[in-house]
Amino acid sequence: MASTTSRRPTLTLFYRRILRILASPSIGPLIALVLAGLFFYSQNDRFLQPINLSLILQQTSWIAVMAIGQTLIILTGGIDLSSGLVMAFGTVIMTKFAVVYGFDPIISIAAGFAVTMLFGLVNGLLITQLRLPPFIVTLGTLNIAFALTRLVATTTISGLPPAQLIFGERLDLLGTTFTLGSLFVFVLYLFMWFFLRETAFGRHIYAIGGDSEAARLMGIPVNRVLILVYVTAGFFYGVAGWILVGRIGSGDPNAGQTANLDSITAVVIGGTSLFGGRGNILGTLVGAIIVGVFINGLQITGVDPLFQRLITGVLVILAVALDQLSQRFRK
Amino acid sequence: MTENLSQKQQPVLEARGLVKHYGQVIALDGTDFELYPGEILAVIGDNGAGKSTLIKILSGAIQPDSGEIFLNGSHIRFSGTRDARHHGIETVYQTLAVIPYMNIYENFFLGRELRLPGILGSVFRLLDKKTMEAEARTHMQELKFHIQSMSQAVNTLSGGQRQGVAVARSAAFALNVAIMDEPTAALGVKESGMVLDLIRNVRDRGLPVILISHNMPHVWELADRIHIQRLGRRVAVIKPGEYSMSDGVAIMTGAKKLEPL
Repeated sequence: MASTTSRRPTLTLFYRRILRILASPSIGPLIALVLAGLFFYSQNDRFLQPINLSLILQQTSWIAVMAIGQTLIILTGGIDLSSGLVMAFGTVIMTKFAVVYGFDPIISIAAGFAVTMLFGLVNGLLITQLRLPPFIVTLGTLNIAFALTRLVATTTISGLPPAQLIFGERLDLLGTTFTLGSLFVFVLYLFMWFFLRETAFGRHIYAIGGDSEAARLMGIPVNRVLILVYVTAGFFYGVAGWILVGRIGSGDPNAGQTANLDSITAVVIGGTSLFGGRGNILGTLVGAIIVGVFINGLQITGVDPLFQRLITGVLVILAVALDQLSQRFRK
Repeated sequence: MTENLSQKQQPVLEARGLVKHYGQVIALDGTDFELYPGEILAVIGDNGAGKSTLIKILSGAIQPDSGEIFLNGSHIRFSGTRDARHHGIETVYQTLAVIPYMNIYENFFLGRELRLPGILGSVFRLLDKKTMEAEARTHMQELKFHIQSMSQAVNTLSGGQRQGVAVARSAAFALNVAIMDEPTAALGVKESGMVLDLIRNVRDRGLPVILISHNMPHVWELADRIHIQRLGRRVAVIKPGEYSMSDGVAIMTGAKKLEPL
């Protein structure tokens, strides 16, 4: 009798602790990743071979980098629908400048970054100065970027100079080969994780997403931070484009058509709240890899590609539902 | 009697003949204002009396059409709330101006974060979290405001505790004046009591406080003097010990008149 009464509170405490860990936004996606990995491994043992893991990273790398920019924006409570097509515009600019117009490869890359960051600036200015909702602004710039991409190029641009293909370079590591691009992703994520935690600018991004009015009252230059966030996101779309060019070996005007949604998916699965102010950028990396794992795993197990999309959809809803439930649980 | 006493001191914050128009509407029609060292001055008035316009001018949020403001005797103009803050005037707002998902010390130092000493702070712009946490803890303890951990997220606190963080923050950074704009309007009875205690502690540590409140019992409980605003002018300054709450309300609504100041 005495033992049951004394055990019960510790048990509920134990369960509460387990639930709390499960509810913490960065652990959930990690568990999902491990489970998915084990599942695909049980279906086909090729899945966990280093060469396949390296392939998953390559397939994921450019989406993951784009998702860094998307995370910054979503943390402020915004959203960027234009990300994928802005990136595509950047890639056709950087490749066409080098191949067709004969500019120096580095200057051409800079031109690509200039357009992706300019789109970020336009998004940021429209959102802060005209106070338009990010969803609408970036829906507009999505279409503008799409049209501009087609005006610059209608077919793939190949025959690229080596500097533009640098992220496709292969390195031998851990008994298999990785591309420079897929390793660079981890460097970028660690840097941004540190930046968001340890600098005032990083904390201001969270503050604005948490309560922009309170942030303004506390003297944070909300509009300046927001504009810088959209421009920085543009920078990461430029990097993503550069990595993609290195991976496929050409500038493709059709690239990135659904990458905006893929990057949002990675952010959401990674546990960042769509309402802003909460989330961990490393979760986005896990989210991007989860999406990559599902695509690759379903391919390798021979499942109809349509199911890849179906499962991605289920994952998104699950991630948002878990986030909402964990919020309610904490209250 | 009270006027004679207080006139011996120089006001910390003083305003003369403040006028503010919004189109055809006269919000302030030549309001005077004085806040003396070490006091809680309550500002009361009916809706439309110009109470919030007055406070917005004193906190730098808006600029008067005419009139003058003096801080410690010297003439001053605020270009905005940041400017007023640079001059040591901090405001606590009715809405809980804290970020729910950030922790206490981050909220405490939001917008004026401390950076690490040396190259890590100056070049790499890294935050000095340890010092911020320690300083936040010290400030809270000085006000006898007890919270276990400074790295606790603010959304784990009660409404009163959240407002307490805002009050403590304003007290820590205000060199001259803390303005409390309806600090208890969003709180329950018990929570309000906690915040009122904190405001009293802020005053007792020597920082003068301007308290704006609709809640007459709170005003009579806390204020050293009460500035009564009516139809864009200051109609009276009373001491809560010398006038009853109903007298105060009567002056506020125009049912009772005092001799002009």
